[in-house]
Amino acid sequence: MSTPSAKHPLSRQEIAHLAHLARLAVTEEELDLFAGQLSVVLDAVARVGEAPTDDVPPTTHAVPMTNVMRPDATRPSLPRDVVLAGAPAAEDGRIRVPRILGEEA
Amino acid sequence: MSTDLTTTDAAELGRRLAAGEITAAEITGAYLDRIAAEDGELGAYLHVDPEAALARAAELDAAGSVGTGVTGLPVALKDVVVTEGVPTTSGSKILEGWRPPYDATVAARLKSAGTVLLGKTNMDEFAMGSSTENSAYRITRNPWDPTRIPGGSSGGSAAAVAGGLAPWAIGTDTGGSIRQPAAVTGLVGHKPTYGSVSRYGLIAFSSSLDQAGPMARTVLDAALLHEAIGGHDPMDSTSIDAPLPLLAESARRGAGGDLSGLRVGVVRELGGEGHADGYEPGVLARFAEAVALLESMGAEVREVSAPAFDLALAAYYLIAPSEASSNLARFDGVRYGLRVGDDGTRDLDEVMALTREQGFGPEVKRRIILGTYALSSGYYEAYYGQAQKVRTLISRDFNAAWGGADGNGVDVLVSPTTPTVAFPLGARIDDPMAMYAADLCTLPASLAGVPAISVPAGLSEGLPVGFQIMAPALADDRCYRVAAALEAAQDDARGHRLLDELTGRAAQPAGGAA
Repeated sequence: MSTPSAKHPLSRQEIAHLAHLARLAVTEEELDLFAGQLSVVLDAVARVGEAPTDDVPPTTHAVPMTNVMRPDATRPSLPRDVVLAGAPAAEDGRIRVPRILGEEA
Repeated sequence: MSTDLTTTDAAELGRRLAAGEITAAEITGAYLDRIAAEDGELGAYLHVDPEAALARAAELDAAGSVGTGVTGLPVALKDVVVTEGVPTTSGSKILEGWRPPYDATVAARLKSAGTVLLGKTNMDEFAMGSSTENSAYRITRNPWDPTRIPGGSSGGSAAAVAGGLAPWAIGTDTGGSIRQPAAVTGLVGHKPTYGSVSRYGLIAFSSSLDQAGPMARTVLDAALLHEAIGGHDPMDSTSIDAPLPLLAESARRGAGGDLSGLRVGVVRELGGEGHADGYEPGVLARFAEAVALLESMGAEVREVSAPAFDLALAAYYLIAPSEASSNLARFDGVRYGLRVGDDGTRDLDEVMALTREQGFGPEVKRRIILGTYALSSGYYEAYYGQAQKVRTLISRDFNAAWGGADGNGVDVLVSPTTPTVAFPLGARIDDPMAMYAADLCTLPASLAGVPAISVPAGLSEGLPVGFQIMAPALADDRCYRVAAALEAAQDDARGHRLLDELTGRAAQPAGGAA
């Protein structure tokens, strides 16, 4: 269901690559659906290119602020058992995670 | 008696509490009764703990301090607001069952002000949507017509307050998520100046845009609730270190109806000549009547052009997904929430990808993919970078409208809040661009960080229409003043509040008005 008429078509392969970059395991069905929908969305948002922006600085934040400081003082943190209670898996007073290295490492 | 309590303004409930005519427990009990009876159908709430709410109300009654400000009154919180020990999901399966270990500043301030937490309200997943249909949990219906959307993403808060299942509620607004649901349910909803209400403990969607604010039945109620949550917070590094303007006082002053000298700009690009495609005639008619009403109260009305507003939707749907793709990286199945596929054979990357596949719904995935694309090397300048420059142009259009040193600008800008009234459930769920169009009028104020309020402007085909008032940064009081004037003039002309028409309707099948 890709959209051949889209000026900025996103292919299934591109969607799969982007999903991988974002650590999303998308289904085959979703690849078809998103390729069509996101090509339409991309056409619409590409209109930002029409704006006359020579010499226009970007706005990252509506309220510009720099170097917001606070006193460098120790404060209580959340108790460890409270934090671990919210974790999907805990062991020996720590969060247990799946292995991070592949077989070849 | 209980119907009476659940249709009364929060300010009036506070007065009756202070006078000793009612107790906090009676008020909370009346709302809990209606939730128990009606929320199965309405779908406004994701979590309600009646015992805890009643115990809290009784504790406040016993402490004897009820009736000052918001003290003793119940409030509903959108489920994006983190609440200590109380389930918080942001409408997502990825946080199902999570009980946060801390309170958001907004929640903490309401708690210390002596309010009762009535419950957590339904929302589009991670606040992404305009209909609340993107919730992973349930559909929320519009109290004015149960076959229609309550708006979004704060649709649960809107339905609860309009439907008499909360006296007022907190919503959050990234591109219109307070104002649009308020508009389509006949409520007042205000998006504060960016940085004037703490974001600490709001589950982040688009950090440069997200703001929490009040949703209420009257302008005065919205102002009172806003004052209870606003102001500087050292826990939010983007929090503005300045006092809030006097909001409730401005609302009371505005209700007096004198707007002489107020300069009002009608934004041509938001429904004006040559820009009315997609706007319903009934919405434009109510809008024009409201503008005429402002004029009759002494306001000077002129048309203002803001050409960059035409590109607000394009810029927003690059900036917000880009920030979301970064913010939602924290849902990695490691520290809290869902973890899928951790069977000892899969590595962290695989578990993370499976967790996010099963934990996120389609709209969240679409936005993560779009944001990842807009931020990727080779496309960054053309999309995200260009969107940020358009954001600058939008701010410049606002500044031009307010006027420079010549003092020739306007005090507020006005537009319809939404191009249409509430649309039917299911009508736009498979068409992202149609859904995004619901935010057309609310996006410019979000991108510029300026305050904007939606106040009811009557009905079109039996459904509420919203009127939006935008003001310069930190001049939230102007929004409240003008909104209160409009509300009072309409209520006078009508002889009753707009929401009374809903109460009358809802009472019919139950056997007459209460």
